Amino acid sequence: MSETVISPDSREEALHSGHHPDLQHHFDDMEQQKEASSLGMWVFLAQEIMFFGGLFLLYLIYRMNYYQVFSLASSSIDVKWGAINTVVLIGSSVTMAMAVHSAQLGHRKLLVLFLIGTIILGGTFLGIKAVEYKAKYDEQHIPGMDNFKFVPERDKETGKLPNGISAEAAEAYAHNTAFQRNARIFFSLYFVMTGTHALHMIVGIGILIPMVILAWKGRYDSSYYTPVENFGLYWHFVDIVWIFLFPLLYLINRTPHLG
Amino acid sequence: MSEHVVPVRVYLLVFAARIAGTLTTYFAATVDMEAMFKTSFPLNSLVALTIAVTKAVLVILFFMHVKYSTRMTKVVVVAGFFWLGIMLTITMSDYLFRALGSPIGVGGPK
Repeated sequence: MSETVISPDSREEALHSGHHPDLQHHFDDMEQQKEASSLGMWVFLAQEIMFFGGLFLLYLIYRMNYYQVFSLASSSIDVKWGAINTVVLIGSSVTMAMAVHSAQLGHRKLLVLFLIGTIILGGTFLGIKAVEYKAKYDEQHIPGMDNFKFVPERDKETGKLPNGISAEAAEAYAHNTAFQRNARIFFSLYFVMTGTHALHMIVGIGILIPMVILAWKGRYDSSYYTPVENFGLYWHFVDIVWIFLFPLLYLINRTPHLG
Repeated sequence: MSEHVVPVRVYLLVFAARIAGTLTTYFAATVDMEAMFKTSFPLNSLVALTIAVTKAVLVILFFMHVKYSTRMTKVVVVAGFFWLGIMLTITMSDYLFRALGSPIGVGGPK
């Protein structure tokens, strides 16, 4: 076996000896190498399912126990930004799928273009997330801070309080220790779940930037694009997490009165 | 097989379905279905999660190419969600029914 090390020289050698330069010595052929890599990525994603699953489980238990508080607290999140971000993320998922598609067909420039598009849309998502976090900071809804205070607020359009509660009740909640503690639990879950999701996107963009450079240099072609494909799996997984976060955090209490 | 190239048309169809699903989820959330059908069953959550699961399945099958991947990969994907199911089911059965086992009928988390 002569193709044990992949360096520029050995790439040349490997080409001359009839082997694909990207084939590692412990695999029989490119097909087997690719399948092993894809399987490994899916095992990693199975772990990610359990990781986020734990957070969703925590959310489920607390929401059942503090149903009223969760729906009141959810009403304070701006659904407009959440909806825009959902569309932005769906868009970035499509650009990523198209990047893999371009790599499969060996279109180098299209691949670079779609990867950059994914970075831009991912960055837009994080920017909007920052705007949302800033709004929560201004509203004193950061659970770990001393000034934390959650008071159910009137709807900007209808002027109604959520869940049909009275103005006196809303004021009483402001001084109710148990209510404030439970509201902290909702916002803790909000920040941990969206924060972990955002962290995954930051890591994703950190991987995308060198990938764009390598793609531009022609590192990937139709015979070898496994890194692009596996990164696509990661990006789509992060997208799936948001599919569940959006309804569970933003949309649980958008009806005129308590459901 | 992994060599399968998914047509662009499929990606665009999934994209359109996901946008439609997002809009449906949003508007369904503004309708109080529990009051409409006079039930205490959490219909709104059920509808939202059904749409979410459908969207996730579309992404997994087409964007993540699982529909075209090897059986081995499919088994790992299914196993991942099956284990998630075990975690949710067993934990929730404890949280929901723990009170039944206690001699005075209380004991669940409050």
